[in-house]
Amino acid sequence: MMRVAVVRFPGSNCDADALRTAREAGADAYYVWHRDRDLQQADAVILPGGFAYGDYLRAGAIARFSPVMAAVQAHADQGGPVLGICNGFQVLCEAGLLPGALMRNDRLTFVSRPVRLRVETDDTPFTSAFERGAIFTAPVAHGEGRYVASPDVLRALEEEDRVVLRYLDVNPNGATNGIAGIANAERNVVGIMPHPERVADPVLGNAEGAKVFESMVKRAGLPMGGAR
Amino acid sequence: MSTSRVEPFPGDPPVTDDLVRQHHLTDDEYARIKTMLGRTPSFAELGIFSALWSEHCSYKHSRPVLKRFPTEGRHVVQGPGENAGVLRLRDGWAVAFKIESHNHPSAVEPYQGAATGAGGILRDVFTMGARPVAMLNSLRFGPLTDARNRYLFGGVVKGVGDYGNCVGVPTVGGEVDFAPGYSTNPLVNAMCVGLLKETDLIRASASGVGNILMSVGARTGRDGIHGASFASEELTAESEARRPQVQVGDPFTEKLLLEASLELIGSGHIVAIQDMGAAGLTSSSAEMAARGGVGVEIDTAKVPTREAGMTPYEILLSESQERMLVVARQDRVEQVRAIVEKWELTAVPIGHVTDDGMYRVRHGDRVVVEIPGARLVEDCPVYEPEATEGAEMAGLRRLEPPASRMDPADALRTLLDTPSLASKQWVYEQYDSTVQASTIIGPGGDGALIRVPDTAFAIAVSTDCNSRYVFLDPYEGGKAAVAEAARNVACTGARPIGITNCLNFGSPERPDVFFQFREACRGIADACRALDTPVTGGNVSFYNESPAGPVDPTPVIGMVGLLDDATHAVGSHFRRPGDALVLLGDTRGHLGGSSYWAHVLHTRAGAPPPVDLPVERRLVDFLVDAARESLLASAHDLSDGGLALALAEACIGAPYAEGPLGAKTDLREIQGSLATAGMLFGEDHGRAIVSCAPEFKDRVLAAAKRAGVPAHAIGTVGEKLGRLEFVLRDSTIRLGTPELRETYYTAIPRRMEAAASQDAAD
Repeated sequence: MMRVAVVRFPGSNCDADALRTAREAGADAYYVWHRDRDLQQADAVILPGGFAYGDYLRAGAIARFSPVMAAVQAHADQGGPVLGICNGFQVLCEAGLLPGALMRNDRLTFVSRPVRLRVETDDTPFTSAFERGAIFTAPVAHGEGRYVASPDVLRALEEEDRVVLRYLDVNPNGATNGIAGIANAERNVVGIMPHPERVADPVLGNAEGAKVFESMVKRAGLPMGGAR
Repeated sequence: MSTSRVEPFPGDPPVTDDLVRQHHLTDDEYARIKTMLGRTPSFAELGIFSALWSEHCSYKHSRPVLKRFPTEGRHVVQGPGENAGVLRLRDGWAVAFKIESHNHPSAVEPYQGAATGAGGILRDVFTMGARPVAMLNSLRFGPLTDARNRYLFGGVVKGVGDYGNCVGVPTVGGEVDFAPGYSTNPLVNAMCVGLLKETDLIRASASGVGNILMSVGARTGRDGIHGASFASEELTAESEARRPQVQVGDPFTEKLLLEASLELIGSGHIVAIQDMGAAGLTSSSAEMAARGGVGVEIDTAKVPTREAGMTPYEILLSESQERMLVVARQDRVEQVRAIVEKWELTAVPIGHVTDDGMYRVRHGDRVVVEIPGARLVEDCPVYEPEATEGAEMAGLRRLEPPASRMDPADALRTLLDTPSLASKQWVYEQYDSTVQASTIIGPGGDGALIRVPDTAFAIAVSTDCNSRYVFLDPYEGGKAAVAEAARNVACTGARPIGITNCLNFGSPERPDVFFQFREACRGIADACRALDTPVTGGNVSFYNESPAGPVDPTPVIGMVGLLDDATHAVGSHFRRPGDALVLLGDTRGHLGGSSYWAHVLHTRAGAPPPVDLPVERRLVDFLVDAARESLLASAHDLSDGGLALALAEACIGAPYAEGPLGAKTDLREIQGSLATAGMLFGEDHGRAIVSCAPEFKDRVLAAAKRAGVPAHAIGTVGEKLGRLEFVLRDSTIRLGTPELRETYYTAIPRRMEAAASQDAAD
């Protein structure tokens, strides 16, 4: 069974949702505390949403210095899949595992609403169960979600098929090119602002987000980049 | 009593009559204190009495009235008197919930006032051993035409949002109302709902002589000293100077405290836990001791402080946020410390439980407080003030607006454009409403619905109060608040099982205000008995006064319901073209106290519609049964704005729906001899509009008949982007739903944005 480490920072608050959804997708998911340096033979790592250290300075700015991030970095360097959701995405950018940054929303207020998303690539460990171009709806809930990057980075993201999710008709935060999620050059590290774990159960009226976790579990055991 | 060992603390001022008055104690109350102690109190003791005998802590003006609430029933696990009420759900699960005000702090510092209000109510719930799963907010401001009101509104919403969002508790509903009566005294009521296994319930009752009192969480600073007393006085021009008494919230610490507290409760290492909320260490320690019938001894020199040199008086009365008082088993102090430190907080022993019943505080070797513990909490005088209805009220109830030729279509547009009635999307988009992945119905409908994880059932929650009704007729208004909350919960398919309340009024020392309070409570009590929804606790907020006078009387009801099967959830918006529309309840065209009179004809007058409680009970029962049989596609209660507004809202649809649906209704049979305004905008209670598949229409009508609920098939749901049509006795009204949707969803942002650009230009 695939082992999935859900990293808990002190201010994580979507950790339980990510854990539950990963388990429902068939993973052996467990928590790893931010002070731990051992991911316990994780096949994949999830950095969940929340406010890792309160984030009074800048989202994710302190989390990148936590002991667990060295282990996450090593896991990623070996091609292991890493998914950052919302605050987890912010942490991955701050830690340099993903390029670019997430800035204050253009309207300056927190935004919580469902958004329609297009899956721009199925060539990542977290979108392989989708059809390329598939459309689904998931909520965003963040104050700092406006993705920005240098022109070079943006060009590389677009040309190398590394934009993972894009806002379809409403760009809730002013993100450049409507970018809602990206992958690193090796395609094993993915960060997304929307919350698929909140739309993964039919009783909530929408279970489309479960496919992100099904993609992850489906890929268990495959060498990274093997789909290319 | 033996000779007192109490010594004044160096530097404390001598206790003079002047100082006593500054502490808001009456001559009579001070005389009682001296008799109780057999001496003059020390400065610290004076501070303690001032806090615990404040209205906020002692309920001295409200207790006899509150005693008349029904507080028992088959769901009740914990009634009033604890940090939060608890109701039994099923399969061992229970719900802990409470609503509380943070009005005064929010009036002078809206962001922090609202944020710390959210923090306080969260702590009240998780100290029962419950994990918070939902927040709601009931907010009242003056009209948005005024810049100060916009500032307060924006600040409060941001404060509520930032706090709840960070802690990770979804804000799923509530209400926002705007009226001139709240212009300088906004109301900020926060409700929290938590889930627990009944076996994990813990009460805030100290026990076990020798057990150790520990301060857990943030350090104690000089902020918020005398917050409880501040909350018990009227707002004046000088209140702005109270800004430093408003505490500052730290939601990150709150999240850690939440996790640490739940782990401590689950560990069995502690016997009691309470938030250091209003009146801080003083009230938490004195109340826990009194509940357990024991004494406590605290050493203020051991309390971790933010700055050196704090006196016992300051440490006892500080309202620094994110602090807990825990009673640890005497041999488990190290285990408690280990759990708390894992969550990167500190736990420090500051005292112990004693067998002499005394509330004793020392600072090092010096005893600075020694008061008989039970009497400190229980001997506060109780007042039953004079209650007389304001002389002008009877006339106001008879008053009618001047005859009007207002076009009904324009009237409906006006109502949809009224901030109190329009969509609150501008507000709830700033609140994370989906964290915890359990929100079945979020903001923007009638009640909100939250699934209970890993079970088949769900809980519904709603907050309601129509203060215009309460102002015009407090008894009927009190009944109406409960009835509307019950209808909102029942429309989701859930059965209402209990309430909490937040009773916001002016000064109880005014006979007309106390009349409002007493009568509204009588109405709430009668309605709760009829609907079998006992009162599990709540909060009284008096002295909501400003130089302009008392606020509109606003007893907010927070109701909880149980939906046995979450897949039976019913939304409030129409879902399919061609569905049949059924109007439940009798339409009598009652316009007194209505939104139509208030917002279209600018007349706040008339007798509000009377509430027939057996009728409400039958409607609630029917809605719950029909949902269980999966007969309904939607259900929406009729309240403000009557049938026309309810139909418009159901057509307009959810905030992120692809587009509105039309509806075609023929009201001639129901209308009879009623005037158009009464037919469309009358606010008779006991009504709801439901939609169902056409093949279920006859079953719905037959089931309603069996349940004793009047029901009329009035039309069908129309096409997407279609028209809303009312066929009346002598006219037909048609409105385009895209236009109605635009009006409804932009009413508040248009006002906020127009003002913002104007402010920027100035």
